[in-house]
Amino acid sequence: MFTCDSRLTVLASSLTVSAYRGHHKIFLGMAAGVGKTCRMLQEGHAELENGHDVVLGLLETHSRADTARLAEGLEVLARRRVSYRDTTLEEMDLPGILLRAPEVCLIDELAHSNAPGVEHQKRYEDVEEVLAAGIHVISTLNVQHLDSLNDRIAELTGITIRETIPDRVLADADEVVLIDISPEALLDRLRTGKVYPHERIDAALNHFFRIETLSALREIALRQVAEEVEAKRLDFEVIGARDELITTDAPQAIGERLLALVEPYPSSQRLVRRAWRSAQRLGSTLDLLWIKRPAAPVTPAQNSALAGLRRLAVMLDATLLIEESDDVPAAIARVVKERGTTYILMGRSRQPRGLNRLRTPLAQQLMNHLPGVDVRIVADRSRRHEPTP
Amino acid sequence: MTVALALVALLAGLVIGLSIPHARRRRHHPPVLERTRHILLPFTAATLSRRALEAAIRLAHAEDATLMPAFLAVVPLTLPLETPLPRQSRLAMPLLETIEQRATAHGITVDSRVQAGRTYRHALARLLEHEQFDRVIVSATEELRTGLSGPDLIWLLTHTSAEVMILRPSSTDTKTISADYLKGHF
Repeated sequence: MFTCDSRLTVLASSLTVSAYRGHHKIFLGMAAGVGKTCRMLQEGHAELENGHDVVLGLLETHSRADTARLAEGLEVLARRRVSYRDTTLEEMDLPGILLRAPEVCLIDELAHSNAPGVEHQKRYEDVEEVLAAGIHVISTLNVQHLDSLNDRIAELTGITIRETIPDRVLADADEVVLIDISPEALLDRLRTGKVYPHERIDAALNHFFRIETLSALREIALRQVAEEVEAKRLDFEVIGARDELITTDAPQAIGERLLALVEPYPSSQRLVRRAWRSAQRLGSTLDLLWIKRPAAPVTPAQNSALAGLRRLAVMLDATLLIEESDDVPAAIARVVKERGTTYILMGRSRQPRGLNRLRTPLAQQLMNHLPGVDVRIVADRSRRHEPTP
Repeated sequence: MTVALALVALLAGLVIGLSIPHARRRRHHPPVLERTRHILLPFTAATLSRRALEAAIRLAHAEDATLMPAFLAVVPLTLPLETPLPRQSRLAMPLLETIEQRATAHGITVDSRVQAGRTYRHALARLLEHEQFDRVIVSATEELRTGLSGPDLIWLLTHTSAEVMILRPSSTDTKTISADYLKGHF
């Protein structure tokens, strides 16, 4: 047994001795039961067979026989007992892992909150310490535990997740692997008792495990991983390999990024709805941009329309950007490059007056400024004459 | 040289000629300072009473007013008030589009709104804080889950200076406007 002092010594030395940071691989899933833990264990066996020193730092089998069977043959580090308010809780033994110092450590359920009294409040903080000690970590996480997605998922599912982790944990991971199965297959697994014990199945089916909830979570998980991959690729292109690039000034995005050009007028509401619908279809993010002329005063009606646009943007999860410039095409081009926009939606321009008739239309100017970016002009429905049904 | 001068004069004449009619039109029609009348049409679920919409369109047409359909969304207490609402957006956006299609077919200007609150009444109260309108058209309903309740309507009557038109429940209230009426792609 270690004394408390010796454990602290191990912790302190681990922070200074490690020459490099371990590699962090996360298996991400849409919900419990998709197979993250099994995949982590399979990966552990593969590492073991390749001659690496692998230990199981923490495993949550949730009484699943298949999972427990898969853990056989792997060295399991004992949990430590923590006393808290007349109960004894079991937690991952961080000092034990650091003292054992394996090459690879498998740690389940990254978002877990630790019992009070141990080194850190959250397990992901333990993992950061293990990585800092130069130990490679393979861990698991469900997408609903990410901070930034928490509200969105609560609105979709009606369930607020309390154990969350900062998004940077996922962003900082060296590898993120999505474990994906169809919602139907997951429900089959649930019904046959492979996810929860039989007494919990009905409750699960009535709450979290509904086909529409799982479909939405699956979409979020897929998109999250795609965005992580894209962010890493863009970082690499911008920072890591600029000299080898034979492409353009702007990094090329894998997914679409929409930008709707709005003005504080009633017609913009419709433009935003159209843009949001397109963003939904393309599975992309949506930005709204108003280029305000610095000298032009904002009227009360425009203020009201702008407030309406803000509320709509919040509800639709879009970002409203306001830029001041007299050079509208140049300002739009700058925002497009900064945001990695691939698709611009704009309303029909007002009829030009006087000398403005000689100017090149904005859409044309944008196409000239931004080769490779699609520009779509949304029709003004008030000019169409449709029979009333 | 003469030809060049003639061309420049012709071009200048053309430019001035193009700009004069608009300048003249602006002089003859000074901007109207009177605020456009607004008719608020709050709704709360995936459908809207057809009677309420038709009444709003008739009034907006008669008064040359702007129709302001407003979707009232409810945010659970567990979430921040200013939060994305994807599920409710999927219900509201097609319906707002349908309302706008119907109204613009009658030549009515539409300025739609969305407003979130902890309850429908809270959302309505927040809407009253920022928006100015002259009339409110609401449909009384016995379906408490999908519309404004009786106490909500009484509250509305005491908290707005605008004229409130409450449509009595009627047998035709089963006829609703829903996103199924949406024409064309959206």
